[in-house]
Amino acid sequence: MFLGSFCAAAGGVNLEPAEIDLTDKASLKRGGQLFVTYCQGCHSAKHMRYSRIASDFGLDEAEVSKDLIIGRKTINGSLTTAMDANVARDWFLGVGPPDLSLVARSRGSDWLYSYLRGFYLDETRPFGVNNSVYKDVAMPNVLWELQGLQKAIFKTLDGKPVLDRFEIVEKGGMTAIEFNQAMTDLVNFLVYVGEPAKLERVRLGKYVVLYLLIFLLVAFLLKKEYWKDLH
Amino acid sequence: MSRWISEISDWILARLPIDKVWREHLSEYFAPKNFNFWYYFGSLALLVLVNQLLTGIALAMFYKPDAKFAFDSIEYIMRDVNWGWLLRYMHSTGASAFFIVVYLHMFRGLLYGSFKKPRELVWIFGMLIYFCLMAESFMGYLLPWGQMSYWGAQVIISLFGAIPYFGEDLALWIRGDYVVSDATLNRFYSFHVIAVPLAMLALVYLHIVALHQVGSNNPDGIEIKMNKDPNGIPVDGIPFHPYYTVKDTVGAAVFLIVFAVIIFYMPEMGGFFLEPENFIPANSLATPEHIVPLWYFTPFYAILRAVPDKLGGVLAMGASIFVLFILPWLDKSNIKSIRYRGKIFKYALATFVISFVALGYLGTQPATPVATIFARVFTVLYFAFFLLMPFYTRNEKPDAAMPERVSIEPALDETLKKNWPRMKAQFLEISVIREIKTGSGAVYKIPVLDVEALLALIKHRMSNFKKSKT
Repeated sequence: MFLGSFCAAAGGVNLEPAEIDLTDKASLKRGGQLFVTYCQGCHSAKHMRYSRIASDFGLDEAEVSKDLIIGRKTINGSLTTAMDANVARDWFLGVGPPDLSLVARSRGSDWLYSYLRGFYLDETRPFGVNNSVYKDVAMPNVLWELQGLQKAIFKTLDGKPVLDRFEIVEKGGMTAIEFNQAMTDLVNFLVYVGEPAKLERVRLGKYVVLYLLIFLLVAFLLKKEYWKDLH
Repeated sequence: MSRWISEISDWILARLPIDKVWREHLSEYFAPKNFNFWYYFGSLALLVLVNQLLTGIALAMFYKPDAKFAFDSIEYIMRDVNWGWLLRYMHSTGASAFFIVVYLHMFRGLLYGSFKKPRELVWIFGMLIYFCLMAESFMGYLLPWGQMSYWGAQVIISLFGAIPYFGEDLALWIRGDYVVSDATLNRFYSFHVIAVPLAMLALVYLHIVALHQVGSNNPDGIEIKMNKDPNGIPVDGIPFHPYYTVKDTVGAAVFLIVFAVIIFYMPEMGGFFLEPENFIPANSLATPEHIVPLWYFTPFYAILRAVPDKLGGVLAMGASIFVLFILPWLDKSNIKSIRYRGKIFKYALATFVISFVALGYLGTQPATPVATIFARVFTVLYFAFFLLMPFYTRNEKPDAAMPERVSIEPALDETLKKNWPRMKAQFLEISVIREIKTGSGAVYKIPVLDVEALLALIKHRMSNFKKSKT
């Protein structure tokens, strides 16, 4: 069910591109704060350590403790959630909130960006909202106080209802531009959490390739030298 | 001091034939001097094998073959183990690289008839290595214990269930459980790190020894041993070391650059080397919508799905691999190299390559009715290449006269140098000049490929080609 609806959704919905920039440390930090405030209540990112965040974002221990650690956890702890997995399964129709450590790698950043902005009012759902990229998702719209409440306007295409646009019904604490930026920050953070080593590998790659190019030149000249008198 | 060293080396050499092995297989192994681009892939396969062994040993120090911990231990390697991410990407990219170089290596064999007499055993050992490689990667892919690991293994093992009478029992015996589970993971780990690598190393040894017994083929398909100088050295042969060791070092450097670019900038390779769904832990209750094997199995997977009957599909898939083993006896022509073979073989080989690539693509796609029809057509073409071979190669007429001695092509870099002005002009013809401003205000004019201009050029060429035909 979980994956089936993903494929169905991804097939029918145009995803909006998320502008990911892992070098933007301020964005990553804002995204981290959004994560611990709005997501971590239910979702863990259990593979992510606070200490790694501190060193990767250039923060000191005190800053991380103040801004990112909720509850009594040390800097060496990881982004676990306080929600009990067994209880959560009962609350959310049999599928508890998944761990989000790798969600950016399985879903992709565009999907996450569209998903987070895609909640709309739907009276038929238990939490009163549905989602445009993940139909009938069990998750409530936890970001409503930032985004406001929006309804979906459908148009008919080939006899089927297709999402046309969203319309804000009740204003939230952020403007549309602010909210889009916040979601970009949050997705940016999730992409980072999916693979913290990406910062390191992208930085190192050019040196490795440069070294190999020099090696290639040396190897090539050596080959030329050996082969020049062969005929 | 130096006397001391020479005494020790004499002592060792009297007891261990290091010098003899060195001479027989390197410094006095005479390889044809006309190896071209296609001859890099053998040594590259060896390089990738070493890469897989070394990174695999390191990964096994941190990986936990336990259904409860396997997925998390991979993330532990990716995050907490120093350089763990590099080891893991080297290993995962190495797996795909292994298949790329092995497929190109095998294709080289087809091009130049390296599978033919007297090299039948070289080919068979090579096929056995390929078979081991498939087993190795299939079992290795279960270890990350992601959704695709799990369901891929579930599907492939269930294929054994199609065998009549004892199929289901066999599948049960392989899994060690009624579904893929911890028991399966443990035995696959054991096979992946011990049994199959040992078999592969033994086969690689046999592959090389058998090759050095009969000598290497070459792009002209001429046996250089037929033409020796008074000292018994083939006149068209050169010592493998140092000539080909230095040449293969250049090939290795180019390969490593491509390898490094993938590892550092695109380790997932758009979902082909690491599938997105494999970042979700295995869940025996949630079946993914499309279970897709990794790209290197997709041609065979497409053949499996092309046959409507399950047992028939399994047999067809098995046959598609088995038929490669008997290739030396299917080809009745005594011309080896594609350079001198008849037109029919050239078209047949082109058809085979197109079918293999097309099946590979279709294997990644959902089996829609149209895709299934295409898969069936290409499956028939795939088998036709092999099964009709005894007939279309029997009375093969050479397309060109075979020379007495091997012909030397200009080296790759010389060809490049000669054609560089033409290539550059052609690139500029299909590119647009973009101005790129840097932060400091400097403006660079860089030619960027213009897809529309490229398409227009292709159209233009096609119409010219048609005109020249009529």
